[in-house]
Amino acid sequence: MIDLVVKSCGPMTALQDRGRFGYQGFGVSPSGAMDRRALAMANALVGNPHDMGAIEFVNLGGSFNGEGGDLHLAVAGAGVSASIDGTPIPPLTSFVLKEGQSLEVGHPRTGTFAYLAVAGGVAVELQLGSVSFHLRSRLGGLKGAPLQAGNRLLCRPENQTGEPMQLSVDILEGTGPLRVMMGPQDDYFTPESISLLLESEFTISPQADRMGFQLTGPKLEHAKGFNIVSDGIVDGHIQVPGSGQPIVLMRDRQTAGGYPKIATVISADLARLAQMRPGAKLRFKAVGRDEAVAAARQLKDWIASLPGHLTPVRYSLTTEHLLSRNLIGGTVDALSPAGHD
Amino acid sequence: MPTPKILPCGDSALTVEFGSTIDPALNAMVLALDEIVRTRAPAGLIETVPTYRSLNIQFDPAATDYDALVRLLDEATTDLAPRHAVGRRWRVPVVYGGEYGSDLEEVAEIHGLTPTQVIDIHSSSVYRIYMIGFLPGFTYLGGLDKRIATSRRLHPRAKIPAGTIMIGGEQAGIAPMDMPSGWHNLGLTPVRPYAPERDPVFLFAAGDEIIFEPVDALRWEAMEKAVQAGEPVAEEVCP
Repeated sequence: MIDLVVKSCGPMTALQDRGRFGYQGFGVSPSGAMDRRALAMANALVGNPHDMGAIEFVNLGGSFNGEGGDLHLAVAGAGVSASIDGTPIPPLTSFVLKEGQSLEVGHPRTGTFAYLAVAGGVAVELQLGSVSFHLRSRLGGLKGAPLQAGNRLLCRPENQTGEPMQLSVDILEGTGPLRVMMGPQDDYFTPESISLLLESEFTISPQADRMGFQLTGPKLEHAKGFNIVSDGIVDGHIQVPGSGQPIVLMRDRQTAGGYPKIATVISADLARLAQMRPGAKLRFKAVGRDEAVAAARQLKDWIASLPGHLTPVRYSLTTEHLLSRNLIGGTVDALSPAGHD
Repeated sequence: MPTPKILPCGDSALTVEFGSTIDPALNAMVLALDEIVRTRAPAGLIETVPTYRSLNIQFDPAATDYDALVRLLDEATTDLAPRHAVGRRWRVPVVYGGEYGSDLEEVAEIHGLTPTQVIDIHSSSVYRIYMIGFLPGFTYLGGLDKRIATSRRLHPRAKIPAGTIMIGGEQAGIAPMDMPSGWHNLGLTPVRPYAPERDPVFLFAAGDEIIFEPVDALRWEAMEKAVQAGEPVAEEVCP
């Protein structure tokens, strides 16, 4: 086995995959990657299934090295960058981390969540069928814990032989208001509050984590009180407690809750919301089931298409660099100052 | 019983709501429908989450024929036979009071009872597991005797130990792990409703019944040892 050794990382850096399904009836949150698009891109680059477990970075990057052999790796999500011994890796390109080299993963720049995938995944014991770390249940990750300096993730040598690949695909960013479907408890709100939800601007508050994003904006009024007998919760539910300030429930949400849910962010727009930082402004737009399902299909198709957008990286970085200089300069020897004459 | 409502929960889920109250009759319908949906396993089904009075059904929107799912539910909820029958009844040993249940005396005082009376009342009910949620393995129990129903503490505790036997309002529960709580602690059991390294990981399921058996603190150590060895300690008994 080859060890991917954690030299440093942020406090919430942890393994995440598609999530832990089948146990919500026993109170277990599904958790899973906050940005499934980015997880899929990192995995595609190293030849993994799109929803395999990878290291999720939350706000902060980290540094790593390999012991016992070379590792085939890729990073993706939130404009994250990576470098080996100070040499930057081009975006959306997988790379080989040789034994003794040091990998730096930068802080996510354009959002919060980024992913580092290893070819073949890391060999950790699944808990209830998933590697996804869930803080409150102390499930998944490394025996119920996030990553920390000194951790060693075991990787299989036979999976590390793939060649570096480049992913050329339009990233499914999405623009405009976040799409919601009304319900399940929109009838617990006044018509004015429904209009406020759909016509006002909300701001993501600093209380935004893997469990939920607290929003601030105009106060939404309940028509029938704000206590309901706890019922099931899904990703994207917009619950409104007594304060009238909505909370969008994210991957680490509880399995049941007792506040009315005015609307639900559609599944295709959840990753975009996940990458919005505290202070970001957003609006909601109500859509029907047809549009929401079409968007879910589009996302699924896009993820499935990723392996078809890979091309091998043909030249080492240095060679490629030199060739491009030759082409631009039209000279024979780019290294010679005389070449510019 | 009125026709249950189908409430949309985005593109990937729906909730079948039988009513809006905590009622054993509603819960029996929820569990009956849950069984049917899980057995029929419509294409794209991810999982079902039964709660007090509704069933949440989660599915892959790209693989599910929504109209067919609604037809299945309409059909299943017509003439739905409530699932009153209980698969299992569990006897859970509890050491009450003192350092094991720090709120026992206060609860007794609130109701003008002696601690022994509270123990007698608490341990003579049969509790039904309405749902499991909030945390892995946390059982929401119905069946608390109204004579000891006690509104929640004004100041919730940040942490109570795993195994705490507690009551809040008309509900009762067993803490599956260390957790925050605003309920009142009556006692402690070595039983772990949830243990990720044990098979089975979860001891109890929604629809099961629980009875509490007061035991002496002298037995605590032996029971604790058995739990450490992976034994459930909770005993399945005949209803």
